[in-house]
Amino acid sequence: MKLAALACLLVAFPLVGGEFYVNLASQIFIFAIFAASINLLLGYGGLATLGHASYLGVAAYTSALLGLKLGLGHWIAAPAALLGTTLMACLFGLIALRATGLGFLMLTLALSQVLWGTAYRWVALTDGDNGLRGLSRPFHLDDAASFYYFALAATAASLWLMARFVGSPFGAALRGTRDQPRRMSALGHNVWLIRWVSFVYAGFWGAVSGLLFVYYHKYIHPISLSLTNSAEGLLAVIAGGSGTLGGPVVGAAIVMLLKNYVSAYIERWNTLLGLVFVLIVVFMPEGVVPGVKRLWLRFASRT
Amino acid sequence: MAALRLQNLRKSFGGLPAISDVSLEVAPGERRLIIGPNGAGKTTLFNLVTGDLPRDAGNVILFEEDVTRLAPHHRVHRGLARTYQIITLFPKDTLEHNIALSLLGLSKLRWNAFRSFDADLYVEARAVLARVGLEHLAKRGIAEVAYGDKRRVEIAMALAQKPRVLLLDEPLAGLSREERATVKQLIAAIPREVTVVMIEHDMDTALDMAERITVLHYGRVIVEGTRAEVVADPKTREVYLGH
Amino acid sequence: MRIANLTHGALFMLGAYLGVSILKLMPNLWVAALLGGLAVAAFGGLLERFILRKLAGNILGQVLVTLGFAYIIADLCLVVWGGDPIPIPTPEFLQQPLRVAGFAFPAYRVAVVVLSVLVGMALHLLMERTRLGAMIRAGVDDMQMARAVGIPVSKLFTLVFCLGAGLAGAGGVIGGPIMSAYPGLDADMLPLALIVVILGGVGSLAGAFAGSFITGFVYTFGVALFPQLAYVILFLPMIFVIAFRPRGLFGKFAA
Repeated sequence: MKLAALACLLVAFPLVGGEFYVNLASQIFIFAIFAASINLLLGYGGLATLGHASYLGVAAYTSALLGLKLGLGHWIAAPAALLGTTLMACLFGLIALRATGLGFLMLTLALSQVLWGTAYRWVALTDGDNGLRGLSRPFHLDDAASFYYFALAATAASLWLMARFVGSPFGAALRGTRDQPRRMSALGHNVWLIRWVSFVYAGFWGAVSGLLFVYYHKYIHPISLSLTNSAEGLLAVIAGGSGTLGGPVVGAAIVMLLKNYVSAYIERWNTLLGLVFVLIVVFMPEGVVPGVKRLWLRFASRT
Repeated sequence: MAALRLQNLRKSFGGLPAISDVSLEVAPGERRLIIGPNGAGKTTLFNLVTGDLPRDAGNVILFEEDVTRLAPHHRVHRGLARTYQIITLFPKDTLEHNIALSLLGLSKLRWNAFRSFDADLYVEARAVLARVGLEHLAKRGIAEVAYGDKRRVEIAMALAQKPRVLLLDEPLAGLSREERATVKQLIAAIPREVTVVMIEHDMDTALDMAERITVLHYGRVIVEGTRAEVVADPKTREVYLGH
Repeated sequence: MRIANLTHGALFMLGAYLGVSILKLMPNLWVAALLGGLAVAAFGGLLERFILRKLAGNILGQVLVTLGFAYIIADLCLVVWGGDPIPIPTPEFLQQPLRVAGFAFPAYRVAVVVLSVLVGMALHLLMERTRLGAMIRAGVDDMQMARAVGIPVSKLFTLVFCLGAGLAGAGGVIGGPIMSAYPGLDADMLPLALIVVILGGVGSLAGAFAGSFITGFVYTFGVALFPQLAYVILFLPMIFVIAFRPRGLFGKFAA
């Protein structure tokens, strides 16, 4: 019932909202997929990654380059980008999952920094700091409203499939490896393989968000591969509440609103972002959604 | 044929031998007790059998199959199950979910990422909980139940795997007298076709449950035999009484 | 200390910029390195004392907080020192190249190598040969036990964090004549530092040295031969090490 009401609201939104808001909503959707894919690893697998921008960025660059350099249409470029990025996730998973905890985090970070550095320096291919321009959207979705519906549909499908994944027997096993990896292997679960499959799956959804990202902006810059981008995704997950289905979506909305609104008034977006990181970790370690709920309960029990 | 055979197992931690040259043979259906004072290497021995720790030398043979090079979860699929001395459960989940994860470990379903978590698993899990007398707590969280109940969940998780060889690591540790009696009954009710190897550091608590006893001391087997033989052996006294 | 610290690149950059300002007042690079290092060390100490202390054991929290500070530091550097690269002059007596057996070596770089070996040896002696080092190692290996026998673990950890931050800051000043100070220096340094640590092994000084030499060589040759793929080439040794030795070359803990 609530879900149906939300769906109606979202479908009706472009009819009442101005173009700026419709575009902002599209960006939130795309970022929500990205955050949700990080949440698969962080929230359900207990694997903190600082390299998830790799999948967003590589899918975006692949699709852009296939279109620009080889002149391929979206029908070929999009599946190729998804497939290529997912294969990269297969490989990166083999390397990063040699470790867990801090080691995993450093390996994912190091791998993504390599891609970022390469995108900056391989000017012949990526045009470096200038980024790639002149990209197109599929289906000529050039006005804000039609792209909004496209992004909405893609996001709904993605989130639904990720929710299925989490709610499946495999998802239950993944959560088990988060809480008691040793016990899980004593129960006959292949802990490493469960993590690797989840890593690849999360990489795939990162790639999906990357495609939507490059369609929306019609432009791609190395900054999309940067640590900042990975960290913003991680921030969205933690801000919203990791290990919950709705958390990353709320978190994505918070980060995007901050970025678009506050940065219009304050020039120092990076300082603000840094402060938000510190404040959330120190004061709301379990996330805004559970945190607000907790504060509300305390408030309600007093009155 | 032996259910479990260990050949010259060795393990050291940073030069300190924890297990030196242990060989053991447990017959199918046997109830074997491994005793020894704290620090004798009992849990380390279990960890070598399950593969939780890599061994330095020697072999682990399960029903005439050498499993020494198999990963822990592969050994589990060949019928090996264990419990932990330090309770290792999923504290955020319910009792039935804990058991369901155990059932899932040996089910093909565990790789299914697209259908929703099967209610049948919970039905089966409750049946397992009923065997250890905890069905009424199936929907409680692990964190909410008493220590003695957690011990029983530990055992239920291993039983749910329908093991052929079951390793119990101090299943009576920290229990009250009444709780001990319950858990002992539970262990006594395990079907005969399951081979049970149990660790205990306190000699008196578990003697009556064993058919054969192995005494481990400083990582070596010093005495092995029937209950009467082991109790009568002067070396057992030496270990336990210190002279 | 097993603290995930992502401010190290930013501290390096902060050191470089502080060096720029100090050099304006007193034109001596070594004094600037010392003062810059001390200032950054003090900052690191405050960070450890008031923020990281509360997050002991929470790796993700440490990562995000240190990353947050890295952003704040980088942004404030941009405000204070502007967006243009600022060169740091090489000390005069090291400007002439050093000639050995017909080869010319840039004297300043040789001095940096010598200095870094000296610092490495000093750290090694500090950790392995002194009472202080023994106490630090005990604190890292088993914090509770170390506390129980009366080692002031938390004070020591603040001290170690100061030392690490200070070295990063001083490194920024000393690296100045080679790299100069510019926005983005932090992001350029961080992956190098990470790879060095992963390659060499966490918690190992010898590893950090071996790792930085390998990284330095590979990076320098890589940049010269295949400038576009420098990062990929930089990364290859790390992949090999991780594939065969997840603990790194000399690591005690799994990376």
